[in-house]
Amino acid sequence: MVDKVGAVLVVGGGIAGIQAALDLADSGFRVYVVEDTPSIGGTMTQLDKTFPTNDCAMCILAPKLVRAGRHANVHLITNAEIKKVKGEPGNFKVTITRRARYVDEEKCTGCGVCAQECPVEAIDEYEQGLSRRSAVFVKYLQAVPSTFAIDREKCIGCGTCQEVCRADAIIYEEKDEDVELSVGAIILALGFEEFDPSLKSEYGYSRYSNVVSSIEFERILSATGPYGGTVLRPSDGDLPRKIAFIQCVGSRDAKLGNNYCSSACCMYAIKEAVIAREHNPNLQCTIFFMDIRAYGKEFDAYYSRAEEEYGVRFVRSRISDVKKVLGSQNLIVRYVEDGEPKEEEFNLVVLSVGMKPPKHVEELAKTIGIKLNKYNFCSTETFSPLATSRLGVFVCGAFSSPKDIPESVAQASGAAARAGSLIATGRGKLTVAKKLPPEIEVSDKEPRVGVFVCHCGTNIGGIVNVPEVVEYAKTLPSVVYAEHNLYTCSQDTQRTIREKIKEHNLNRVVVASCTPRTHEPLFRETIREAGLNIYLFEMANIRDQCSWVHMHEPEKATEKAKDLVRSIVAKARLLKPLKKPMIDVTPVGLVIGGGLSGMTASLELAKQGFEVHLVEKEKELGGNLRHIHYMLGSEDPQERLRSIIKEVTENEKIHVHLDAEVADIEGYVGNFETTLTRGSDKKGINHGIVIVATGAVEYKPTEYLYGIDSRVLTQRELEEKIGEGEFKARTVVMIQCVGSRNDERPNCSRICCVQAVKNALKIKELSPETDVYILYKDIRTYGFNEDYYRKAADEGVLFIRYDDDHKPKVTQENGTLKILAMAPVLKTWFPIEPDLLVLSAATIPNPDNERIAQMLKVPLTKDRFFLEAHMKLRPVDFATDGVFLCGLAHSPKLIEESISQACGAAARAATILSKKRLEVEGAIANVNEDLCSGCRICEAVCEYSAIEMKEKDGKLVSSVLEALCKGCGVCGSTCPTGAISMLHFTDEEILAQVRAALKEEKKYD
Amino acid sequence: MTEFDPKIVGFLCNWCSYAGADLAGVSRIQYPPNIRIVRVMCSGRVDPAFILEAFKSGADGVLVAGCHLPADCHYISGNFKAYRRVTLLKKLLQQFGIEPERLRLEWVSASEGDRFATIIKDMVKEIKKLGPNPLRAGGKTSG
Repeated sequence: MVDKVGAVLVVGGGIAGIQAALDLADSGFRVYVVEDTPSIGGTMTQLDKTFPTNDCAMCILAPKLVRAGRHANVHLITNAEIKKVKGEPGNFKVTITRRARYVDEEKCTGCGVCAQECPVEAIDEYEQGLSRRSAVFVKYLQAVPSTFAIDREKCIGCGTCQEVCRADAIIYEEKDEDVELSVGAIILALGFEEFDPSLKSEYGYSRYSNVVSSIEFERILSATGPYGGTVLRPSDGDLPRKIAFIQCVGSRDAKLGNNYCSSACCMYAIKEAVIAREHNPNLQCTIFFMDIRAYGKEFDAYYSRAEEEYGVRFVRSRISDVKKVLGSQNLIVRYVEDGEPKEEEFNLVVLSVGMKPPKHVEELAKTIGIKLNKYNFCSTETFSPLATSRLGVFVCGAFSSPKDIPESVAQASGAAARAGSLIATGRGKLTVAKKLPPEIEVSDKEPRVGVFVCHCGTNIGGIVNVPEVVEYAKTLPSVVYAEHNLYTCSQDTQRTIREKIKEHNLNRVVVASCTPRTHEPLFRETIREAGLNIYLFEMANIRDQCSWVHMHEPEKATEKAKDLVRSIVAKARLLKPLKKPMIDVTPVGLVIGGGLSGMTASLELAKQGFEVHLVEKEKELGGNLRHIHYMLGSEDPQERLRSIIKEVTENEKIHVHLDAEVADIEGYVGNFETTLTRGSDKKGINHGIVIVATGAVEYKPTEYLYGIDSRVLTQRELEEKIGEGEFKARTVVMIQCVGSRNDERPNCSRICCVQAVKNALKIKELSPETDVYILYKDIRTYGFNEDYYRKAADEGVLFIRYDDDHKPKVTQENGTLKILAMAPVLKTWFPIEPDLLVLSAATIPNPDNERIAQMLKVPLTKDRFFLEAHMKLRPVDFATDGVFLCGLAHSPKLIEESISQACGAAARAATILSKKRLEVEGAIANVNEDLCSGCRICEAVCEYSAIEMKEKDGKLVSSVLEALCKGCGVCGSTCPTGAISMLHFTDEEILAQVRAALKEEKKYD
Repeated sequence: MTEFDPKIVGFLCNWCSYAGADLAGVSRIQYPPNIRIVRVMCSGRVDPAFILEAFKSGADGVLVAGCHLPADCHYISGNFKAYRRVTLLKKLLQQFGIEPERLRLEWVSASEGDRFATIIKDMVKEIKKLGPNPLRAGGKTSG
């Protein structure tokens, strides 16, 4: 066998490309990221906030950008494009054209003096044309790499930048150059292009300056945007009082040839309306929509909050046109509501533009040799959503279909798994270890604390008086340096922090910004690069626990921020450097759940060369897929299921445990010990990671006579009936949202609309004369499934909308099943007497989730699905190291989405399993043997048997087994003699923190 | 005279309650700015000495928050340890002349941002009724 090249080419440096690159680089492969523009980050960098958490987009993205920028095995090739792809899976030769940047990447420090002096004013594409930039420019403030580039089309060649550049980095004569790369696999993460709204001339986008696109509005909202985060309108800089959002601009539009739904626009419009209201509480936002497609995890709850708490008004109507009011910059929106034509005046109109395939996609597809679908997105299949038509070339993110960020991230990890599986034999052959400077000895030195206070755009700075906090920090004991940053997490600030550590001999660093739960790892790495031990770092949470929760009390929030900084500085002064123990990793996976997700994850791990235990509580594999008999496309799901089961059972690395349950899980990342039970049999297995793929179940309705009248079925029961050839009916009524989107379960079950359309089409195929009615609240056939919705409507399926105040009424009279539905425009109840009533029953969490969550110590959502580490950027990770999730256990989703997530979970798991040894937490318990009385209380309270008693100098003392200690600190707070200290959370550190939180003192000691 | 504005110290476990407090932030659920949070890995790490130190340093209230009983604790049973200690300490506080209502133990999961905010609102309200920490008043009666 020819060895596979242990390197991967990722094309596209947006969030999907970055995620795929990091996962591969973290599991033993070299990665090249080729990005068309001068910096990575993609569209996400332009967004202000993200739904449904309202996290600041740049804040959550920046740590990933920075990591990609400094990872020893990620090579960023920006301002470059693919010229040629030769070779075969496992061994491709790719020619990249690197366009001249005219600035030396090695020499440029990103200081920006050139841009200040440049006399040219060009349109700033990053700011969506809302402001100007110079000809020598950097895409955005926190760009990675932060190297400038010259736009030669705009450059007048005056030579000013060359004169002012002290780093001597300007090279006017630089030429484009070709680079050849050897890679084993290719991942396409090309992203998307926004729809050009001027093509919908009726909305007046290019005629009226107060009609803006949604992405322009993101920039208007952003603190780094053209108006500094104040919501102004472009024509005159006035504060708008009424904003209209128009949905489906360039999507769901057959006239334009874009029939598909762009999947993310409903949610981003709701988010933009909510955030705009946050900026200006007097603002009235109205969203004009066809269906609100809030189908994702916790999305409907967000939609309700927008309506109830933020007063966002939702009007179900397609807009006929937008006109300017004569003699004013205001706009008239004309629409039809409840059959009545209406007109309304607004100060600003935002067009929710859809996603289009990336630019020049046809040419690129030809160069790479892949097929596109009819909309020019990458062509994929339901059961292989990550594979393109060319072997060894994978796809992820919006390039395969319009999608939101978490879907893109899960797919990116998934594509990384598929690429890693292909070139598993090349693992570790081309990677290099990162060089770090030796650690500076600090224990003998007086503390010198540096404090960096973050504005976080306007997230903190808009409420807390950040400069005042900085001035205050300078007065605190041991603080020798303090400054504020627009974004402390950006790449340029990391450099600043390193420089300040050197310049001021800092030996403790405090960042006052967001939460250590997301950002501590980034800053720890930064100070380590400057030679400081990672434990010499602390964070004050002045955003999530201060500015965001005291938005209407800026003065008190500022006082609180000062208190928090003071108290964390008091702790920081006492911090000690710690060592991280190394542990061995058992290169074996445990996958809980043998449905499609569990099997897919197991196969991906096995193909990467790891052994897997796959545990299924039923007597056969297959899970929910066993009940799916046909698809919207031509694939045969049962045939696919059989072939996947065959592949799983024949793979010698996969050990399938049927009819078995996980009784107990002990241990920690790299070293879990699990007990499986099968009847009365017990079996112990050792493994390094866990993937939770426990699926979900169909809700058994209690409404609409289900269980009382045998003609009332669920969608799944209907599908079984059709699958068995037993379908016969002249009239079928389907009711959507049975058991979802109600008070008990506020969120959408996501799959039922697609399932109803699928079953309706099947009925029409089998029996064209059968009348099918679908009673719905919103039809949520997102993405390309919109085509099937249209097809169903074309084939005569009747879609009738109902709302919560006018739910269908189902009765049984003299053996006749009767349904009353409200006719939308006429507002009268009309009767239907169907032969079958089909309920689109909710997908509800597996009841086992509670038990498994407690066993693994991972959280559940309020709906009792599993709660991932971060809804946006860590969709398949738990906060607990070494535990991952995928499929329906995460939330309801379609087959292709479960497969992508399952591959994603496998890729994330591979970042651990591929390492022989792993560094573990250094913040663990520590015994002062002189103080230990040998009382053994610590031994008794430790849940992990991490305390061992040993003889020393004739007395019994306790000692900590480093690899077993999890750092909870229970022993420390129990020890009667104070012999045990919990490192990094020592008594004196916490006491100092408590005292300083309450009192201002000149000296704390 | 300005209104009494209580100072509260909160010891929050990293995995559930601190995450819950973060969630209140990302959900923009507003609550009064009276709490100063100290992050610990587990509610079982909270030594009664930390709580006493907080009262001694002038806290008008102390919150200890961890993962829900019985089985949510990231470290298996740290929440039970906190439960025992706080219960016992409440009894002792009375003898020190501190109203036991000033000390609260609550369970807040990572998905309960709203619950966290509600607890803080409620605590601030209750402590306002109690008035300042008697130790802070330095023996003098006030408010």
